[in-house]
Amino acid sequence: MPVSRSELLRRLRRHLPPDAVVEDRESQRPFECDALTLYRELPLLVVLPETVDQVQTILRECHALGVPVVARGSGTGLCAGSMPHPEGVLLGLSRLDRILEIDPLARTARVQPGVSNLAISGAAAAHGLHYAPDPSSQIACSIGGNVAENSGGVHCLKYGLTVHNLLSLELLTVEGERLTVGTQGLESPGYDLLALLTGSEGLLGIVVEATVRLLPCPETAQVVMAGFGSVSAAGDAVGAVIAAGIIPAGLEMMDQLAIQAAEDFAAAGYPRDAAALLLCEVDGTREEVAEHSERVAALFRELGATSVAVSRDEAERALLWKGRKSAFPAVGRLAPDYYCMDGTIPRGQVSRVLGEISRLSDEYGLAVANVFHAGDGNLHPLILYDASDPEQIHKAEAFGARILELSVAVGGCITGEHGVGLEKLQQMPSQFTEAELLQLEEIKHAFDPHLTLNPGKGVPILRRCQEYRALPARHRHE
Amino acid sequence: MSDQGDALVEAVVSARQEGRGLYVTAGGSKRNLAGRECNAAPLDVSGHTGIVDYHPGELVLTARAGTPLAELEKILEQHGQALPFEPPGFDGKATIGGTLACNLSGPARPWAGSVRDLVLGVQLINGRGELLNFGGQVMKNVAGYDVSRLQAGALGTLGILTRISLKVLPRPEQSLSLAYDLALPEALVTMNRRAGEPAPLSGACWVAGRLYLRLSGSPGAVAHSAGRWGGERLEDDAAVWASLRELTHPFFDGPEPLWRFSVNPTAPMPGDWGPMLVDWCGAQRWLRGAQDPARLQAVAAQAGGHVCLFRGGDRSGEVRQPADPVSRRLQLRLKQAFDPDGILNPGRLYSWL
Repeated sequence: MPVSRSELLRRLRRHLPPDAVVEDRESQRPFECDALTLYRELPLLVVLPETVDQVQTILRECHALGVPVVARGSGTGLCAGSMPHPEGVLLGLSRLDRILEIDPLARTARVQPGVSNLAISGAAAAHGLHYAPDPSSQIACSIGGNVAENSGGVHCLKYGLTVHNLLSLELLTVEGERLTVGTQGLESPGYDLLALLTGSEGLLGIVVEATVRLLPCPETAQVVMAGFGSVSAAGDAVGAVIAAGIIPAGLEMMDQLAIQAAEDFAAAGYPRDAAALLLCEVDGTREEVAEHSERVAALFRELGATSVAVSRDEAERALLWKGRKSAFPAVGRLAPDYYCMDGTIPRGQVSRVLGEISRLSDEYGLAVANVFHAGDGNLHPLILYDASDPEQIHKAEAFGARILELSVAVGGCITGEHGVGLEKLQQMPSQFTEAELLQLEEIKHAFDPHLTLNPGKGVPILRRCQEYRALPARHRHE
Repeated sequence: MSDQGDALVEAVVSARQEGRGLYVTAGGSKRNLAGRECNAAPLDVSGHTGIVDYHPGELVLTARAGTPLAELEKILEQHGQALPFEPPGFDGKATIGGTLACNLSGPARPWAGSVRDLVLGVQLINGRGELLNFGGQVMKNVAGYDVSRLQAGALGTLGILTRISLKVLPRPEQSLSLAYDLALPEALVTMNRRAGEPAPLSGACWVAGRLYLRLSGSPGAVAHSAGRWGGERLEDDAAVWASLRELTHPFFDGPEPLWRFSVNPTAPMPGDWGPMLVDWCGAQRWLRGAQDPARLQAVAAQAGGHVCLFRGGDRSGEVRQPADPVSRRLQLRLKQAFDPDGILNPGRLYSWL
């Protein structure tokens, strides 16, 4: 039986400062969705604790009352992973935003979950160090959210994902008990709970502190840009760089619509007539970068690039990246809304997959621009649509679902870095068998027996049929 | 090369029906390493072998769990690639399954990651006798919980690994090692300072009063950093690192207990209790001899980590630092989630698991 809002409010008010509880509907509105705005919901209450003790108290009270808890960082997620639960508490962790310690010799930073990704690198810069994972939203996104989603970015191929750059977490269980996961060394004594928790989308526990690894800032970096007459030629060029034994710091591909939109937006000097564009960043010592950028440029020319340019200084490098980094908003100007997909595919399948997406684009009558982390096979098709037209919403979702199923069919997965959240719950059975989904469900039960942490997200609950089957139409409150 | 997956599933199903435990074994190279002794009936998976898939251009290799590492290394070498985490091969006996189950990695671990960091997907048989696939053959995959990495260091207590996909990388073009005569406290500071510089560092250890640093990468970068750092250049540096990777350095000889500390790489430690060898830029420290486990555990905790009786000594008792009550409860529930009847490698990780 749902708990009365007033009882919950009375209990939480006892422990929290007045401005840490948001109860009126209008003030709750900014928390109704993450960056995937198709899915919206208002919670019973929004709470914004300032201390770990307060978070612990909130969890204990909610546990005692059986109230669902949905954690939220900066709300930049792209899978409705932090969409509130209508009968639950939205636990906003943005006020836990202190960098607690930087240890330059051990090369670590100990931070609270609300600290932004970029702020960590900012604080480490004085020591010549940085935090490597760099999702596009890094100015705003929080490290707690990065842990929940196992966020990537454009530098993953060389420097890894969030899971590769974490040393330990302070975790609160659903019961509000505190636990240190991981160590200051490199190995866990028992089960590697750090690996299990990273990317668990707030379903297994609440992260209240993280210790991350810092890496030396590379001495220098250069970007080689090349235009190609076809997607398959660009795909071959990506394979050739890898085969030459070079691991680029970043290797990105854009298709023609994405190139044109980005060029209109950023004037980065992209070749508008190219069918595909590659941006290949090499970093390291000066000698290494000079060697590698020359070899990459030569490889691109050999493989039929229609244009090749190498950044000559930091300003040029920044400009070449500006186009790529603004690709999402740039494409966003082409239509009222866009829907960003996130499959991963084996690199060798890119030509086939983009061909099939183009065919689906005709079938659904919706344009699509493709941005591809080509180095690690993570594809972001951006489907253009108009959210004021219910039929277009429906078509965009159906189109997106087909892309995810296609990704699985060619040997990939439904999400590379954005997470399952609410959005991709229905595609989980295309990647996992029922026995596999039940195994995932058993893991959920091990940490959260009453299914109150972020219920209805991440992993479909088959056995108990308690799945919170939210559909966007039902959950819009306009 | 053969696929014995069906037979292994049957073995688990019948063991479960009969309420029998199973001790998973293949090359036998880690029987007396890393975990407690396990008295359950052996289930030999060494016949479940073969490389299933290898695409050098994708940097991904998939093999059945009983495949010897040596076989993987051989095919990788033909394509100029390698297992970047430098796992011990133990005279050709080590398999990829055992390597993941024990999470064993060599000197490159702080920079290249461990097998835990490089694993992309696994197929396993859980304690219910179900053959399950998690992760995949792509570098980025966040659908579902990361069951693949959870297997690293679980010592086969959550599932019998049957197939593993790994990220592989190009071999470094060149390697060069530098040596310095330094006492441990100074060596720890020096190696960690070097690790904070933009240089292609790929190994940092301290053995018998000497600090060794290894540089790996493009010839220009290696030469440049070596020029700046000075020290004695080693003619044949491969032997030093291989002796750490394979535990064949004379330090590891003999039957005395071998303790492994996993700690903050910069943490100072008492130096008066026996021979010590430091690897992983300070994060892994080996100690020999009969010791008081409680004292070692207190020191390890103080240094931000834990200690394991890695080899030798009494392997019927606990060999790991005790887990706190919350961690213990979660680990036990996790074990039950995969293996409700406790038939997979019972007691291998902890006596209570």
